[in-house]
Amino acid sequence: MEIKKPKIKSIQYEEFKDNESLENMVKELNENGSNVIVGVLDDVINWGRSNSLWSLTFATSCCGIEFMAIGAARYDFARFGFEVTRASPRQADLIMVAGTITDKMAPVLKRLYDQMADPKYVVAVGGCAISGGPFKKSYHVLNGVDKILPVDVYIPGCPPRPEALLYGMIQLQRKVKVEKFFGGVNKKEEKPKNKVNDGQD
Amino acid sequence: MDKINEIEAAALHDEMLRLKEEKHMDFLRSLTGVDWQENGLGVVYHLENSETQETITIKCVAPNREKPEIPTVSDIWKGADFNEREVYDFLGIVFIGHPDMRRLYLRDDWVGYPLKKDYDDSLNPLRMTNEETVDSTKYMEEQPDGSVIEKRQAIFDEDEYIINIGPQHPATHGVLRFRVALEGEIIKKLDVHCGYIHRGIEKMCESLTYQQTLALTDRLDYLGAHQNRHALCMCVEKAMGVEVSERVQYIRTIMDELQRIDSHLLFFSCLCMDLGALTAFLYGFRDREKILDIFEYTTGGRLIQNYNTIGGVQADIAPDFVEKVKSFLTYLRPMLKEYNDVFTGNIIAQQRMKGVGLLSKEDAISFGATGGTGRASGWACDVRKRHPYAMYDKVDFKQIVRTEGDSYARYLVRIDEIVESMRIIEQLIDNIPAGEYQQKMKPIIKVPEGIYYSAVEGSRGEFGVFLESHGEKYPYRLKFRSTGLPLVSAMETMSRGAKIADLIAIGGTVDYVVPDIDR
Amino acid sequence: MFDFSIITQWIHSLLCTYMPEQLAIFLECVLIGVIILLAYAIIAIIMIYMERKVCAAFQCRLGPTRVGPYGTIQVFADVLKMLIKEIIEIRHADKFLYNLAPYIVIISSILAFSCLPISKGLEVLDFNVGIFFLMAASSIGVVGILLAGWSSNNKYSLIGAMRSGAQMISYELSVGLSLLTMVVLTDTMQLSEIVEQQADGWFIFKGHIPALIAFVIYLIAGNAEVNRGPFDLPEAESELTAGYHTEYSGMHFGFFYVAEFVNLFIISGIAATIFFGGWMPLHIAGLDGFNAVMDYIPGFVWFFGKAFFVVFLLMWIKWTFPRLRIDQILTLEWKYLVPIGLFNLLLMVIIVVFNLHF
Repeated sequence: MEIKKPKIKSIQYEEFKDNESLENMVKELNENGSNVIVGVLDDVINWGRSNSLWSLTFATSCCGIEFMAIGAARYDFARFGFEVTRASPRQADLIMVAGTITDKMAPVLKRLYDQMADPKYVVAVGGCAISGGPFKKSYHVLNGVDKILPVDVYIPGCPPRPEALLYGMIQLQRKVKVEKFFGGVNKKEEKPKNKVNDGQD
Repeated sequence: MDKINEIEAAALHDEMLRLKEEKHMDFLRSLTGVDWQENGLGVVYHLENSETQETITIKCVAPNREKPEIPTVSDIWKGADFNEREVYDFLGIVFIGHPDMRRLYLRDDWVGYPLKKDYDDSLNPLRMTNEETVDSTKYMEEQPDGSVIEKRQAIFDEDEYIINIGPQHPATHGVLRFRVALEGEIIKKLDVHCGYIHRGIEKMCESLTYQQTLALTDRLDYLGAHQNRHALCMCVEKAMGVEVSERVQYIRTIMDELQRIDSHLLFFSCLCMDLGALTAFLYGFRDREKILDIFEYTTGGRLIQNYNTIGGVQADIAPDFVEKVKSFLTYLRPMLKEYNDVFTGNIIAQQRMKGVGLLSKEDAISFGATGGTGRASGWACDVRKRHPYAMYDKVDFKQIVRTEGDSYARYLVRIDEIVESMRIIEQLIDNIPAGEYQQKMKPIIKVPEGIYYSAVEGSRGEFGVFLESHGEKYPYRLKFRSTGLPLVSAMETMSRGAKIADLIAIGGTVDYVVPDIDR
Repeated sequence: MFDFSIITQWIHSLLCTYMPEQLAIFLECVLIGVIILLAYAIIAIIMIYMERKVCAAFQCRLGPTRVGPYGTIQVFADVLKMLIKEIIEIRHADKFLYNLAPYIVIISSILAFSCLPISKGLEVLDFNVGIFFLMAASSIGVVGILLAGWSSNNKYSLIGAMRSGAQMISYELSVGLSLLTMVVLTDTMQLSEIVEQQADGWFIFKGHIPALIAFVIYLIAGNAEVNRGPFDLPEAESELTAGYHTEYSGMHFGFFYVAEFVNLFIISGIAATIFFGGWMPLHIAGLDGFNAVMDYIPGFVWFFGKAFFVVFLLMWIKWTFPRLRIDQILTLEWKYLVPIGLFNLLLMVIIVVFNLHF
């Protein structure tokens, strides 16, 4: 079966460093196969979604400054359509966890993630969000945000250069482009077995 | 090593009061809690006379290690309030008479006190339950017969309209949480909750060698990366008696000043963004990128530089470093005029900032609010003038002091400081002497026993390093005197009676960086 | 000037030959409804794209460039994404009002949009009390915003909605006064009549001083009406997260987002109609050759040109100035704009009575 290759304007498919995980994901999703018409509709909708990823304004420490730098004039992520950063989690598509997450902040982050509307994505920016970074041995630091959230893209660095951040966002765009929109589950998130009524919205 | 006076816990309060009244020791520089194991738990105070710059170091040990209690000094210096809460949080020392004895950084349901040498981390797994906000606090009151009892007190009344600002908020410059009691738009009371980015750096440093501790300083106040590392290197070098070459002093001074300009440009950008003038935000960042180019060229990093080392700097400067810096300075001067046109002279910006968030000089000294905030209130607190280091006693620059104490004054102080920093660089850039860029140091550094303190003028105020060493290759206690903690504790005084929109303007002009507060 | 009513008459007669008149009228209404919604959506897309590019130009960067040539299809991607986002239901919110609020805002916006005269004969709603109706229709939007803030069950939204409500109600007074000043000059409230009367010169030239003052007041007050520019405290991102629409997601949020931009266009459109002549070309009395050349350019080109010029002006103001605080906004209105507006009205009445206008 032909592997669907997501097209990014002016960057060749082969130039990306990590095509393997994307291809594995596509293979798993294609297991069920899909109807041709629905496939084309999937493509159109995924095109719309990938070109309009609005991120939540969330930055805890140093990586936040680099996040502001890609919004600034020199690197300008508005060219890709990402410049609309919403402050309310309900209107954001993705949360770029930039900075260290401590034990005190972890429940707050999980709550923010739960408040977001589907479809939503998580990008772990910087060493601290991936695995605790330079603060791994501390008593108050969460060793990696993937312990509490399902992460889609990891961007390593301390802090990552703005070009690295843009590359990570483009990888996320490619991931969105190969997703199935109609039917099927895209994420490895566990579906809750019972609806938990915990009195919190 | 500084001379240390030891005072008994019972006599502490009266002795401190006497020092403040008679010797005019009105600036509490630093309050550090230390665990001396068999010798008990105690606190080290660094006091300074704000006029004559005379300093005194005082040590006080709590009598009982199981139930440590020390009288509070928060009624003498307002800055002691948050510092004593921090010591309670880390070491469990209870301060008698302190009005609000809550933990500052850690969750209320945290078990144990992290900085004690016998702390057991397994008692605190990751708790994912939402923290319950309790609006009451406890305080210890001394009874006439000498015993101490615990009493409770409410922070907010039952029927007050309380809103939360933060921790995730675009304008708090990081993760800081304010609980605000409102009446319409007016703020009646403000309660600060820190600790959302508390990374436990001080505890980590106790198990790292001296060279390894340097890596963490850049990440404290990341807009003062060079200055923070300079402070730690200076402290260790002073303790070991190492003299760095003059070339290193020149380079360190120039990099510090470039870092200061970088930080003030970011201050300008973020303030404009908070007040709504988004175009000025982008102009500031555009100019900041030019400084980051110079940094990247010399040190390899844009934000985290890793440049100063114990005994010198990591690598020598490149041959065309001087031209790059000079061309940057000629570029920046007309840009400052543009900022003044776009923002400073704008009637809306002035109306938003004039008369907002007043901080009097006495309050500034009492809180220990150094940096641009203190200088805007009339207190000449620049460490470069008070205790000169590196090349600062050999260059000619003005200390910018204003007396109004409102947000507009704080803003103007920083814009003028950019000009002064440029002057300092211009005086030094052409005369960098030849020399070594790194002294020969042993691979394993052991600092002689004793207590040391040294401070630099960071971008936001006095950044101090307190080092206690027992002669080993790890520091016994390493504490960073944060520039932001006094500023945040002064927020309540400044914003009482202001409107919510003013809170944003005050926070923006006070210019704190939250990882520096939380360490 | 090409008269569009020729085409409307032709369509009407065509339909009447095939079916009874009632059915023809009904079909025409449906057709017009669809066209208005389409035009609304297209204007919204153009406005959002223009905002992004203009804002980028002021901030010395590029705007969207990758999606489509020069980034023109970017907004379509945004709209597509907004349509498929999950609409979150809030458990403790007042469900009926919570779901009703975006629709009220959109409906009031569409009603005001349909009043704009785009070319000769190309108006949808053309009563003899046109301006009065326009102001009434745009006031309904305030109700939508207050409902949104109230029913969200969120303290931030409530504060944002209260501020927004106070601001919009205050500034409607100034908008009304400046429009009233021009009505005194034109003697009619019907929008097509107002445009016809500007055939020998636009009102901003005819009315000289009071018209100029009225224009400036109208610009400031109109800006504040639509919560834009230096008056966007209610939805200021850096102050109260997202204000009254914090709890909305998906297409409901999309309605608020789109309504804001089209309201800006409507304000500019009204300014273009009343002060700059709407679809009337620039005529200078006495230069007949020049006037004939100007008449060749179609009416809708004139209208959109003028409207987008005023939009550019308002965007320029927004991206330059910082924000005003709510008490400063209300002080500006009640202590400065209303007295000046009243005085200006008096001045205009004197000028009309003594025939001192051009």
